[in-house]
Amino acid sequence: MANGKMSLHLIRRKTVNAVMLSLTGFCTFIATGTLLYILGYLFVHGGKNLSWDFFTKLPAPVGETGGGMANAILGSAKLLALAMVIGVPIGFLGGVYLAEFGGNTFAYLVRYVTDLLNGVPSIVIGIFAYTLVVLPQGHFSTMAGGLALSIMMIPIAIRSSEEFLRAVPLALREGAMALGASKSKAILTVVIPAAKNGIMTGIMLNLARVAGETAPLIFTSLGNRFWSPGWEQPTASLPVMIYTYALGPYEDWHQQAWAAGFVLLTLILAVNIVARFILSRQAHVSR
Amino acid sequence: MVTLVAALTILAVTALLVYELYVHSALSRHKFGWSFLVTRTWDPVAEQFGALPFIYGTVVTSVLALLLGIPLGVGAAIFLAELAPPKISSGLTFLIELLAAVPSVIFGLLGVFVLIPMLHKIEGPLRSVLGWTPLFQGPFYGVSLLSAGVVLSLMIIPFIISISREVILAVPSDQREAALALGATRWESTWDVVVPYAYKGITGSIFLSLARALGETMAVTMVIGNDPKIVTSLFAPGYSIAAIIANEFAEAPGELYTSALIELGLVLFALTIVVNGAARLLVAGTSSKTGT
Repeated sequence: MANGKMSLHLIRRKTVNAVMLSLTGFCTFIATGTLLYILGYLFVHGGKNLSWDFFTKLPAPVGETGGGMANAILGSAKLLALAMVIGVPIGFLGGVYLAEFGGNTFAYLVRYVTDLLNGVPSIVIGIFAYTLVVLPQGHFSTMAGGLALSIMMIPIAIRSSEEFLRAVPLALREGAMALGASKSKAILTVVIPAAKNGIMTGIMLNLARVAGETAPLIFTSLGNRFWSPGWEQPTASLPVMIYTYALGPYEDWHQQAWAAGFVLLTLILAVNIVARFILSRQAHVSR
Repeated sequence: MVTLVAALTILAVTALLVYELYVHSALSRHKFGWSFLVTRTWDPVAEQFGALPFIYGTVVTSVLALLLGIPLGVGAAIFLAELAPPKISSGLTFLIELLAAVPSVIFGLLGVFVLIPMLHKIEGPLRSVLGWTPLFQGPFYGVSLLSAGVVLSLMIIPFIISISREVILAVPSDQREAALALGATRWESTWDVVVPYAYKGITGSIFLSLARALGETMAVTMVIGNDPKIVTSLFAPGYSIAAIIANEFAEAPGELYTSALIELGLVLFALTIVVNGAARLLVAGTSSKTGT
């Protein structure tokens, strides 16, 4: 009797075990399956709509079909270049400070604020760039968009530089100092070169992240159906084009939005895959 | 030192961000005071602005995203950390982390053209099962709180999975071994020993995702329907804080309107700071305990 009860209990436990374990497998299947399905859809649909014109032509006048997004591709490149020129030096140097001189309360504060800035929604960063540049100047510009993206880059640049500099073995620093180098000399000639690959990869990942940012650009660099020479005019960018074209009333615009999504996502994923490959290879070497 | 200047710049930028938001929302703050947060009217013509419909839309869509995302995300994380063979697990994790790099506007695009048609298909079954609740009433046009919640859940699932998986992997294996040695089944060891051990970290990952969902702009803007009303039905269109800023800011007529939008930005900022702060406390708690 007692024996029978025990085995009944055991059967129940074993069933629960099997059911719950398969449920977690099911969760994995649903989560990854749905995500892969919609991305596969993008690649098939976007690839189909891609043509040479997309890369070489300006958008067609509203209501006409055809045309491309050459100006948006160049616009995105300019915005990213500007963001990198402003954001990376600040982020990198801040990272050096945290990694090399950062044991005090002030460094703790800087880390805390960096995390805080990293958590600020991108649309709020957009408002910030708007009040800083667009409002005083009275017009939308490439400059304002680049500034917004650069602010998004800073926190990640700091934390990734800090992480890679910290990973440089202490023995290297001690070796340099034992040879008579000052601390700053040791950092400049030994530590930073040793962490160079990692830091560069971090910057690539960072660029890939802000390349897809749309919200901070809508009311800073706005958009433009033509070329945008210089830095003082509104400019088109790929993410904003995807947004406007996807919500536009024309079927042709939707097709182009798919093509733009395909191009943008391919670039971003390619950078991510290459960066992860470099990082994992580096991790093997250092072990 | 140059590096110190760079570190100071970060503090200055963040302080300036708060200052600018505060100063430029002055007009709206003075006119409406705290009642801004609880007023339901949003009428640009009469210059009456209240944030409640947007706060409601933001919170409802984020909560819906969590309700869908937590079971799927944590379930998948358990599977990847505890059950899957290491090769499959690392392969899938790689894919999932790539998905976390997909920009918001792409999720919006897919939301509009793939997800909404899919939701139209399951609208009927959903109505026949849950149609008696106030949550699934009225006509369904596609763009709705429901669509926004589903898109958001897809966006946060990769985050929940990758962080939770790491926290679960950090649980010392003697915890599992002890449970199994006492005769626990695999599931009992996972659910009664490993998950409670990793509980704080998992909660932290959920809070981080919540902060992301609250501030998420493009994907939500494209599928939420952009209607500043407070309705209980998830089938109805709504509006979120980030979405109205994205839609109206560039063309906002009048200083008071702009100022009210900036105040909405300030509200959103405050919301995400609180949620992020809580998340970091929780995650920091686990990592110091496990010593990683």
